[in-house]
Amino acid sequence: MSLELKNVEKKIGLDTHIYSTNLKLEKNTINILLGSTLAGKTTLMQIMAGLDKPTSGEIWFNNKNVTGMKVQKRNVSMVYQQFINYPNFTVYDNIASPLKITGVSSDEIKQRVGKVAELLKLSGMLNKKPNELSGGQQQRTALARALVKDSDLILLDEPLANLDFKLREELREELPKLFENRDCIVVYATTEPSEALLLGGNTATLQEGKIIQYGKTLDTYNKPNSLVSAQVFSDPPMNIAKIKKSGDQCSFLQNDIQWKTRLNIKDGEYKVGIRPHNITTYKEGKNTLEIKGKVLISEISGSESLIHFTNGNLNWVSLSNGVFQKNVGDEMNLYMNTDEFVYFDQNERLVSNG
Amino acid sequence: MNKTVNQKAWFFVIPVFVLVAFNAIIPLMTVVNYAFQETFGNNVFMWEGTRWFKQIMLSERFHASLGRQFLFTFIILFIQIPLGIAIALTMPKEGIGVPVCLVLMSMPLLIPWNVVGAMWNIFALPDIGFLGHSLNALGFDYNFTQQIGDAWFTTILMDVWHWTSLVVLLSYAGLRSIQPAYYQAAEIDGASRWAIFTKIELPKMKKVLTIAILLRFMDSFMIYTEPFVLTGGGPGNATAFLSIDLVKMALGQFDLGPAAAMSLIYFFIVLLVCWVFYTLMMRNEEKS
Repeated sequence: MSLELKNVEKKIGLDTHIYSTNLKLEKNTINILLGSTLAGKTTLMQIMAGLDKPTSGEIWFNNKNVTGMKVQKRNVSMVYQQFINYPNFTVYDNIASPLKITGVSSDEIKQRVGKVAELLKLSGMLNKKPNELSGGQQQRTALARALVKDSDLILLDEPLANLDFKLREELREELPKLFENRDCIVVYATTEPSEALLLGGNTATLQEGKIIQYGKTLDTYNKPNSLVSAQVFSDPPMNIAKIKKSGDQCSFLQNDIQWKTRLNIKDGEYKVGIRPHNITTYKEGKNTLEIKGKVLISEISGSESLIHFTNGNLNWVSLSNGVFQKNVGDEMNLYMNTDEFVYFDQNERLVSNG
Repeated sequence: MNKTVNQKAWFFVIPVFVLVAFNAIIPLMTVVNYAFQETFGNNVFMWEGTRWFKQIMLSERFHASLGRQFLFTFIILFIQIPLGIAIALTMPKEGIGVPVCLVLMSMPLLIPWNVVGAMWNIFALPDIGFLGHSLNALGFDYNFTQQIGDAWFTTILMDVWHWTSLVVLLSYAGLRSIQPAYYQAAEIDGASRWAIFTKIELPKMKKVLTIAILLRFMDSFMIYTEPFVLTGGGPGNATAFLSIDLVKMALGQFDLGPAAAMSLIYFFIVLLVCWVFYTLMMRNEEKS
């Protein structure tokens, strides 16, 4: 089983929503489309599902050309950011609805709905209507509807975006389990890098209608092929600074901080990307670099503290474990883990290591 | 948290209170005053108690006009609500067609009521009106000034023309507020057009439809100007709805007492029906 997009392009009027895209998704995989709003995630999913036709290019499923085939014939299910359920149906009828239309016997429907409801912790509320449920339960119902029929392709379009923090965390942890042992391809769109890392599988980074990079989630995270891909896969945004390399010495252009690199590349100017969690108020890793900063903003997020500071005409973001507050204007020392630096050339492509 | 007590704040309510008193309470109290007394002018009043109420409640004339009123209201609701939804469903969803349709749709709503009555009167005249003349030319014996059926037909047609747009606009707003994802989900399920209508669109339009039905009920139940100009309540009393009959009684016959009593009964019927309808709809809302 595989889903393949061949030179798929989508234009509406003069606007190109999806630039020519090639992508092959394999059986039993979770594939994450990671990108900001308007990156083209939803459009791409709708093309995959058959809800929307590509302007040019082909979609192949199981080595069969399914371009233009109607969605009803494609055995697809989809979960949306909004909680989409039939408003007048009970939870049971909602979950059963995809099966009823395909004419499954009522005994089997009962058994399958019961099983899915249990998996999604909905067993106690099968007789309720969607608007009697909490947001989390409504989305669980929508997920159950998607899982109850044995779809070949399950598309999830930011399914957790409209949930509050606690429910999101809870459902996020359950999601990978839901897709285990299923003979299908899962596509999951999200704007949050942390969600991609948690789900694992493969990740495609998207920006402005282009797939920047596709590969195993951890590889995409650790070895971004370009600055754009790295930025899409970093939240809070990655720090970027221009550097100069000569011999084994590197230095920022803005200040005189220097460090040694084992990078075996030509001398010259480069860009370095530093993820916020690699700039901390404590030393981490073997090779650390001290940087002085003047605090711009200090905020606490969960059990982590974000400090925005300036150094050498540049604004930096650091993310440290622990909860602490700094005053605006405070001078402080921060430490950068140079082993985690990501180097890009002038064209913003990744510089290969060694 | 401790609330500050400041009784002086009541002064801020006074302007509203005065306003409401002058435009609602005082006029209403005048009617109440007339409803319980008899007057021969010169500001001389005699107490009559509930006599006028009994008289109205037992009068066949009131029963007849109330019956006509309910019949008329039910007929126009029965036509306008489904027709309005149907038109809203066929209206364009995007592009230049949207504003064009919306403007065209709201045209009848902008025409003053007595103009609507006068327009339809001329339009339907059997000798010179386009509608009346055409119908007669086609072989129908149509004359709304003399035949009861034709008078009803014309009055209903006029009301449908004038007010269906309101239902269309409300339904259209309700339909537009349904997120596209619902239609996509239904498409994935392979739901039929009819299933989409009954399982998604109707439930999602419930609130605006409640408002549409309520507005159309109240307006049609209190209809006066249009049939007054069109038929004057005739032929005979065939289209004398409640308000037309009321005006006849109050200003034509100068029976101020019974007319005042009738006004109050009329008012309470409208209030009661609206309250019952609203409570029923809201109870359903809580249940589902």
